[in-house]
Amino acid sequence: MADKDELPGIVLTEAQKKRQRERSIAIALALGVLVILFFAVTIVRGPGVLVRPM
Amino acid sequence: MSIVENHTLTLSPRISEAGVADYIALLKPRVMSLVIFTALVGMVIAPGYFHPVLAFTSILCIAVGAGASGALNMWYDADIDALMSRTANRPIPAGRVTPQEALAFGLTLSFFSVMTLGILVNWVAGGLLAFTIFFYAVVYTMWLKRFTAQNIVIGGAAGALPPVVAWAAATGSLAVEPVLLFLIIFFWTPPHFWALALFRTDDYARANVPMLPVVAGPDATRLQILLYTVVLVAVAAAPWPMGYFDAAYGLSSLALGGGMLLLAIKVYRNRTGARALRAARQLFGFSILYLFALFAILLLEVVVKAAAPLLW
Repeated sequence: MADKDELPGIVLTEAQKKRQRERSIAIALALGVLVILFFAVTIVRGPGVLVRPM
Repeated sequence: MSIVENHTLTLSPRISEAGVADYIALLKPRVMSLVIFTALVGMVIAPGYFHPVLAFTSILCIAVGAGASGALNMWYDADIDALMSRTANRPIPAGRVTPQEALAFGLTLSFFSVMTLGILVNWVAGGLLAFTIFFYAVVYTMWLKRFTAQNIVIGGAAGALPPVVAWAAATGSLAVEPVLLFLIIFFWTPPHFWALALFRTDDYARANVPMLPVVAGPDATRLQILLYTVVLVAVAAAPWPMGYFDAAYGLSSLALGGGMLLLAIKVYRNRTGARALRAARQLFGFSILYLFALFAILLLEVVVKAAAPLLW
């Protein structure tokens, strides 16, 4: 049976939603840069990508 | 009716309102810009070819690592920052970012910057970057800063390491040249920060930070500034007679060093009132220009040497 008196939970204000969206976009961009970086270095290093001075 | 139904939830979890700009502020962008510049110079004076993609990756990792240590510093020093007018509006004391958010941000960026540099470039550079972050966040921030008047002297090593990390990224090893760059920044740090401390003494005293003017007094600080400036000028010029950097660098270094020395003497002689404050501010401002110009000359020399065959 569904509970009709469900708690509303945490309701974000418009300002909080906006900031949250901005932070999410920033994280997505940072992860995108990381992926591109790993891809580019793999291309640059070629087959020897894991061979490097310790 | 169960106990659970009777229970009213009164907890109100804090919802973060931190914006992207607040997180950028945690990275100390102005410090980061000097780190990027000195690292760039350490990289371009390194011998051999370094692929631009790897060079970009290295500089990015060094910049992010420096930012991460800045965020960890702000996390730990939030109590001090709240008491000082210069830092009271930083994201944590101003209440825009929670200490936990700053800690998580700093640790995450530290981990990714070190691992990325190690995996994509080399582990000598990765290890040095990890050491730099550790030295700044733990040795300087958590220990030296609140413990000794020599805090910025020893802690200055962290700020001096970026060109060494960059050289290691480019070559996979260490040499005399990056150590010379390290020494220049190391001996530049005390006159730079003590000049700042001279006109921010009240701030540091209020926050109970044992900066030299607070502990030993302004006159002892003025003498130390003068002595460190003499050493700095000698250390900065030394690579020329040693044959590591050429005459253009050597002469520029002496000219700029002369400016530093004159301002340090002015700080030493003007001990009271507005003139004393003005002298300290002038030395602080010029010291930033001094370091920037010194490294810019090294950068320019490399660019000119690389472009010379194309021009004639």
